[in-house]
Amino acid sequence: MNDAEHDLEPMIHIVNVSKTYVMGIEEVHALRGATLDISRNEYVAIMGPSGSGKSTLMNIIGCLDTPTSGLYRFEGINVGELDDDALAAIRNKKIGFVFQMFNLLPRSTALHNVELPLIYAGVPAAERRNRAERALTAVGLAERMHHKPNELSGGQRQCVAIARALVNNPSVILADEPTGNLDSKTGEEIMRIFEDLHEQGHSIIVVTHEEDIAAHAHRVIRLFDGEIAGDVPVERPRRALRHHVTA
Amino acid sequence: MHLNTFREALRIAYRSVGDNKLRSVLTTLGIVIGVVVVTLMATVIEGLGKALDKSIESLGTDVYYVSKWNWFGGDWWKSRNRRDITVSEAQKLRERFTQAIAVVPVVSTWEETIKYGNLSVQGIVNGTVEDYIATTGVLPEEGRFFNDLESNSGRPVCVIGKEVASNLFGKEDPIGKTVKIKGYSYRVIGVFEKEGDFMGSSMFSKDTQVFIPLSNFLHVFGGERSVDIHVKLKPHVDKEEAKIELIGVFRQVRRLPPDKEDDFAVNTQDFLKDVFDSVVSTIGIVGFIITSLSLLVGGVGIMNIMFVSVKERTKEIGTRKAVGARKRDILVQFLIESSFLCILGGAIGLAISFPLSLVIDQFLPSSMPLWVVALSLSISMAVGLVSGIVPAYTAARMNPVEALRYE
Repeated sequence: MNDAEHDLEPMIHIVNVSKTYVMGIEEVHALRGATLDISRNEYVAIMGPSGSGKSTLMNIIGCLDTPTSGLYRFEGINVGELDDDALAAIRNKKIGFVFQMFNLLPRSTALHNVELPLIYAGVPAAERRNRAERALTAVGLAERMHHKPNELSGGQRQCVAIARALVNNPSVILADEPTGNLDSKTGEEIMRIFEDLHEQGHSIIVVTHEEDIAAHAHRVIRLFDGEIAGDVPVERPRRALRHHVTA
Repeated sequence: MHLNTFREALRIAYRSVGDNKLRSVLTTLGIVIGVVVVTLMATVIEGLGKALDKSIESLGTDVYYVSKWNWFGGDWWKSRNRRDITVSEAQKLRERFTQAIAVVPVVSTWEETIKYGNLSVQGIVNGTVEDYIATTGVLPEEGRFFNDLESNSGRPVCVIGKEVASNLFGKEDPIGKTVKIKGYSYRVIGVFEKEGDFMGSSMFSKDTQVFIPLSNFLHVFGGERSVDIHVKLKPHVDKEEAKIELIGVFRQVRRLPPDKEDDFAVNTQDFLKDVFDSVVSTIGIVGFIITSLSLLVGGVGIMNIMFVSVKERTKEIGTRKAVGARKRDILVQFLIESSFLCILGGAIGLAISFPLSLVIDQFLPSSMPLWVVALSLSISMAVGLVSGIVPAYTAARMNPVEALRYE
């Protein structure tokens, strides 16, 4: 893929993608012919009730899973043709995940958790530490680097997870119900961090079933029964209240 | 790249074992037992080898022992019915056999009481001649062996083994003191250096023996005993040919017709090698079976606990995959964990067997060979790798989506 083509095609290019799971003898069509493009520096919310296929779509966008049929090109690379290790490499370098359950390693310090993607990327120890410290500072956790997850509040844990997602300087940050396990005030603070990241030029995709959360995005894609039921820009995205992450 | 993954894996393994100390130690029990058995076995075999070398040295590699009895194997009843070998036959052999530098008759009692003052010990008393000293590798540590004059005239002098000396005299200097055997007085003129025993038997060790001139022996104990003849070969003669000639000459001495089989045995220190080999192979087989079984059980235990560990950490595996761990990163992580666990078991095994080897050393001078330590740890690691491979592979090929969803 040369630069010209690269410029023409959006970062995420999904055409008629379906995903079918086999559960016992039954086939579950989690995604039925979804088509969408997401460009660099967009802030997108993917919405839908449970079972609508939003998690499946996120897994495919995040290269955790590959489509059963259809085309998915991420930065010009046809993801459907990649093997597991190539997918792992894309996840490692291009995608930052933020999960509802934070998914931190419980026995490791915040710093080591943030270093994890860099370990698998083969970054030398000194640089790794340096970058992890910067990422933690960026989310306001400079003071808590050496704490373990159980010594941190829910909001702080999610900040560690965001730092981990940021540390490899990915093309896109994918957040799956990032506030689902947090009270509304803390959730608001997390959304503010996403807002800041977006302003700094990051591309952000948030999967959620909460209208309040989706309202922060600049574009909302709605899924229903595995199909895209709506894809509209948000006229006036909600701004998060400005205060610091505390408890 | 690999170094990073490797360090991360070591760190995880260390922490995982540390978090489950009791579980880890219990899991490695099979490995521990296997390593204890293998190291102790090697220690014992090494000790036996040392004892063998010592015995071979003391018997001499170029000495034949013509005797009524076979030392190893042979038919006891047949031997019993043989004619006794006499002193005069020994003298005739000495005159006619030309390949030797010394042909020495030795006649021995069973255990006799040797007294000094109020103290007494049991020991074998041998009657022999001055040339005896040329046939043995063990030399007097103090004093000297008796000379031809003392030997020929049957002087009441004796040379004693190290244990006899220490039991009777303690810290006293035995030389010049008088001991009593069968009521007769003997002046101690020499003490043999310590020889040690072979496989718990002092049968061939001079430590508990006493040597007196042959003519004196015959006078005190009578002549109705079969004589052993120690034949020390000249240097550089062909041992096999010499043995054939020795047998031929002695058959002549005993006037055996050609159709009769030998009515005597020609023993060599080779028999020690035979005893050694049979003992070592028995120990080896038993040890091998126990070791294999315990390593097998240990390996299955490790495999089981690794499956548990993989299951417990499904979500962690999902997270690692999400942030970019490849299959081989996960594979290596769990392989290192299982080998780490096994090496820990090996180290515990060594920590147990090392003091035990010091106990063995008290009975059989030996030490745990270093290569066995290395071998044990290598075997442990190999067991870890082999039993870790299936769980590790299971972890490596997990679907990241399912792993992340796992609760």
